[in-house]
Amino acid sequence: MSPAPELIQRLHTYLPSDAVLYETEDLKPYECDGLSAYRQTPMIVVLPQTEQQIIQVLQLCHETHTPVVARGAGTGLSGGALPHDAGILMSLAKLNRILEIDPLARTARVQPGVRNLAISDAAKPYGLYYAPDPSSQIACSIGGNVAENSGGVHCLKYGLTVHNILKLRVLTIEGELLEIGGEALDSAGFDLLALMTGSEGMLGIVTEITVKLIPIPEKAQLVMVAFDDIQKAGNAVANVIAAGIIPAGMEMMDKITIHAVEAFLHAGYDLNAEAILLCESDGTTEEVADEIARIDTIMKSSGATSIRTSRNEAERLGFWAGRKAAFPAAGRVSPDYYCMDGTIPRKHLGQVLSGIEALSEHYGLRCMNVFHAGDGNLHPLILYDANTPGELEKTEAFGGKILEMCIHAGGTITGEHGVGMEKINQMCIQFKSDELEIFHGIKAAFDPQNLLNPGKAVPTLHRCAEFGAMHVHSGSEKFPDLPRF
Amino acid sequence: MQTIIDQITATLHTAAERGQPLHIQGGGSKAFYGHPRTESAESLDITPYQGIVNYESTELVITARAGTRLSEIESVLREHGQMLAFEPPHFANTATLGGCVAAGLSGPRRASAGAVRDFVLGVRMLDGTGRDLHFGGQVMKNVAGYDISRLMVGSMGTLGVLLEVSLKVLPLPVAEKTICLEMNATQAIKQMNQWAGKPLPISAACHVDEQLSIRLSGAETAIRAAQTQLGGESRADGDTFWQALREQTHPFFKPATPLWRLSIKSTAPEYHLPGKQLMEWNGALRWLACQNDQDNEGSRSDNAAHVIREAAKAAGGHATLFRGHHHATPVFHPLTPALLSLHRRLKQQFDPAGILNPGRLYPEF
Repeated sequence: MSPAPELIQRLHTYLPSDAVLYETEDLKPYECDGLSAYRQTPMIVVLPQTEQQIIQVLQLCHETHTPVVARGAGTGLSGGALPHDAGILMSLAKLNRILEIDPLARTARVQPGVRNLAISDAAKPYGLYYAPDPSSQIACSIGGNVAENSGGVHCLKYGLTVHNILKLRVLTIEGELLEIGGEALDSAGFDLLALMTGSEGMLGIVTEITVKLIPIPEKAQLVMVAFDDIQKAGNAVANVIAAGIIPAGMEMMDKITIHAVEAFLHAGYDLNAEAILLCESDGTTEEVADEIARIDTIMKSSGATSIRTSRNEAERLGFWAGRKAAFPAAGRVSPDYYCMDGTIPRKHLGQVLSGIEALSEHYGLRCMNVFHAGDGNLHPLILYDANTPGELEKTEAFGGKILEMCIHAGGTITGEHGVGMEKINQMCIQFKSDELEIFHGIKAAFDPQNLLNPGKAVPTLHRCAEFGAMHVHSGSEKFPDLPRF
Repeated sequence: MQTIIDQITATLHTAAERGQPLHIQGGGSKAFYGHPRTESAESLDITPYQGIVNYESTELVITARAGTRLSEIESVLREHGQMLAFEPPHFANTATLGGCVAAGLSGPRRASAGAVRDFVLGVRMLDGTGRDLHFGGQVMKNVAGYDISRLMVGSMGTLGVLLEVSLKVLPLPVAEKTICLEMNATQAIKQMNQWAGKPLPISAACHVDEQLSIRLSGAETAIRAAQTQLGGESRADGDTFWQALREQTHPFFKPATPLWRLSIKSTAPEYHLPGKQLMEWNGALRWLACQNDQDNEGSRSDNAAHVIREAAKAAGGHATLFRGHHHATPVFHPLTPALLSLHRRLKQQFDPAGILNPGRLYPEF
């Protein structure tokens, strides 16, 4: 949609000319985020550099009823930053300053466009780091992490974004500033910090974040274990937990992933294995020595076919490299891949993996499985070719079925990537209409005109009815009069 | 158990129709906390809805009904070598899970392990119109929908009647040891924060009576190494000490009123406010036991409240009048107009008739 000249004119009074984009070729780079299967050209892109500029843009949006979608680094995997065709896409990439590091209080105050890893880099001289480490941490921004409540491979022990932030400066759609949380460990009133975290840009625009920093562990060591049966690997995970160990990271890969990664990286993975488990211990030297010895015993008694323990930092990073390269490796063995993000109670792993295998045969599409095994977060990567007509649609159908399976196993449709645009239909299955109404109520309490990232994360009841998968509770339908097709 | 839910739902429907305020009642162990119940409120007893629904130690998750006693949950977890790592205070053996979550209070391990809200994975609740709602779930990672489970923590029953809560649990430490060192408050603030920035197995810290106590948790070897590094004397009564701190049976808490809870930036300097002070959470939590002034007119205590609140705010935090509530002084730190208005709009979504624990959190709703 082409923008009204008055809108452009108003924006130019708040922002320098190179911070307001509206020519088609300038808009192109913003038409998708990390989920490239979904594309939409925005009407206008703005690149504010100060909080004051954001306030002015929001006030303009509020006054003119113009939708506004916030975007960080654009690495999100659920289409949360997919533009609105009649809206303004607000890139926060220029707000990229680390404002303060307080080593004694162990906090960092940063702008939303700061990259996740840049915080840890800046804290390193003080022996501190920012714990959540999503796989995209080299590129993803902390503002996006807050919007999605991002996790990472170490979150079983160190928590998600919600556990590692203290305070947010938030602008409402009216351009009013809210200070949420504080420099203390809790704040008065409702836990709005939790409500904002993972709210996918639907409630406000975050302009500043105070994060917690924690001490860099003295030592980290990684055990790489091969199994001839994926169920045995799953049991080994449960046995580690049952022994009272919370590993710093516990990751699993299935056979097809092992082969793809090994061909790509030559990390020394066992090609005969049906599953490989990476189990990391960190802490003081004494703690790690004690824990690694116990993990080794548990793995042996759980039927491991081979166990290798990293002897030095280079070897540890080498073992990890394979896991971290799973996505690029998928890109090497297939023209396109589609990453899913369900979470399940770990005990149902075997059942869900067999289900995925059956679906893979049914749809005629290969699927690699990587798994944050410690916390039950499954990332099936469906391999497809977007140039083959109909294959993307098949992939989406396959992915949707996987998510439904996760719900039936007592899990959720998204562990860490967010709902965005991608999983909006599956929200109708996970939640009842009463629950969706509460979500809409919360949205309305913050943004009554529905201008902030409209149409994402929470489906309308009408959409659910059209999707035909409305959650039916106790056999009673909520809206028997609505047409369904 | 469904019969109990049906009864509670019916009560909510009737109360919403009549605009009859309800006082959600658990074990009553934290009745002193927050603003007192509205006089016209009728009790809504949740304690019959009790029992553990699901517990699988290898999944690190327990789900229990809101009326379940905390002591029952903790004893079952202990049998499996696990714990509620946020060490919630009970304040009486009647304390329930629902009350624990609604009050949102955490104990000595909070600074290292996290608070109640960090361990809540999902809730089942009834809102003020009697709708039966599930949010979150029983898995560690879940970003589907807004995080209403955590929003319930510390909301003092103003947003809904909790029915069931799923919590993440953690293994009990293999070993624990407490050491203590003599130092003043200023030294202790610096020391606690410095150590918190080092990879040390510290699970709790407390400074009171010129003495800093540090609890070490983890592998025996790790504790021994840390003790060598930190120095200090071993405290034989460690377990008793932390338990007394958690339950506020420590002599510091004896002169009961008024007791202020200041949650602030951990490095904030020592306060020069009237009364005795005790620090926890590496300095991020400071208890202030004021002298029991004989002045019952309220003006002096209001003035003191103002001074304390300004000091807490300047230190990036907030102050709660934890015990010894005086009618003129709000219990919880007043919200800015913008935040208060947002609180009211949220309350309106969950409880349009305004019947759930009105005024327990803030007099305005």
